[in-house]
Amino acid sequence: MAAGHSPLEQFAIHRLVEMHIGGIDVSFTNSSLMMVIGVALMSAFLTLSPKRNALVPGRWQLLAEMSYELIAKTVRDSVGSEGRKFFPFVFTLFMFILFCNSLGLIPYSFTVTSHIIVTFALAGVIFVGVTILGIVRHGARFFSLFLPPGVPISLAPLLVPIEFISYLSRPISLSVRLAANMMAGHTMIKVFAGFVVALGLFGFAPFIFIVLLFALETIIAFLQAYVFAVLTCLYISDSVHLHH
Amino acid sequence: MTVDDGDDLPPPSLEDLDRRLKEARSKHESAKTASSRGTSMGQALRLATEMASAVFVGAILGWGLDTLLGTRPWMLLLFLALGMAAGTLNAYRTAVRLGTAAEEKDEDGGPSA
Repeated sequence: MAAGHSPLEQFAIHRLVEMHIGGIDVSFTNSSLMMVIGVALMSAFLTLSPKRNALVPGRWQLLAEMSYELIAKTVRDSVGSEGRKFFPFVFTLFMFILFCNSLGLIPYSFTVTSHIIVTFALAGVIFVGVTILGIVRHGARFFSLFLPPGVPISLAPLLVPIEFISYLSRPISLSVRLAANMMAGHTMIKVFAGFVVALGLFGFAPFIFIVLLFALETIIAFLQAYVFAVLTCLYISDSVHLHH
Repeated sequence: MTVDDGDDLPPPSLEDLDRRLKEARSKHESAKTASSRGTSMGQALRLATEMASAVFVGAILGWGLDTLLGTRPWMLLLFLALGMAAGTLNAYRTAVRLGTAAEEKDEDGGPSA
């Protein structure tokens, strides 16, 4: 492997603009930069592409409409008609993750979603929001979520903690899945890129593998954003309808 | 009509349009549930994270209770066991969900993912 170039180097955070507010480091880093670029591109994509409002959509408009339709459908299928008011949130979330994942695929860029703190913050917002939503909508009845219907009361002391832990584990599995997928794929590409150099003439073998891996990574970038959105919908649905 | 479909068909009735829209929508639906299943590796990873995260939460809860109550290590052991149960439950629920998605895809027939 090429010396001095760790496959994990790509995940390093660099401060671009040093900032300290009240003793807290709020520097503008390469991670923040990629997020800003992601948000800017996402806004540009969604506002500029359907501008012509053509009856026969062009490529860009088609892409924008497809992503809109996909999430609208997902929200409607899992939450029902009440889910309409959550659509903007889920759609924003999906587009943000999708753009961050896809931007990370560009060589020498930085994958924001490979950092667990970023995905955990997203999942944490969903978790807190969904819990508040459930309590506001159902009051104390919300806690019946922790006792599956039709369970004898003698089993409750065992089942309630289990369901409670299961509920608490949601943001963790949500964030770990996204971050692990992103990090594993990008590390693997870097490791095999090291093999290309190390193997010299036979380097074409890992090179072909990288090309294939890159295709897979592109699918995963989309799929993980979609899975994130689907699970958000499921959690919202749990809070709105109170059943498993 | 402003639409230039290029033929002289009469404009379709609203009922007909609605029926065709529904047809098209049901087609989309099955394609999308299939694509949400994703690759096999993605599925495996999903089940694994579901399981591991619950154990992790159980351990953290147990450890926290131990520090609060000074009952080290009993709460940790108890909640680790509960966490494993919750992890199995999580994984089971995810597997059931993935299974129903797979069935829907098979009924639809045709590889759409």
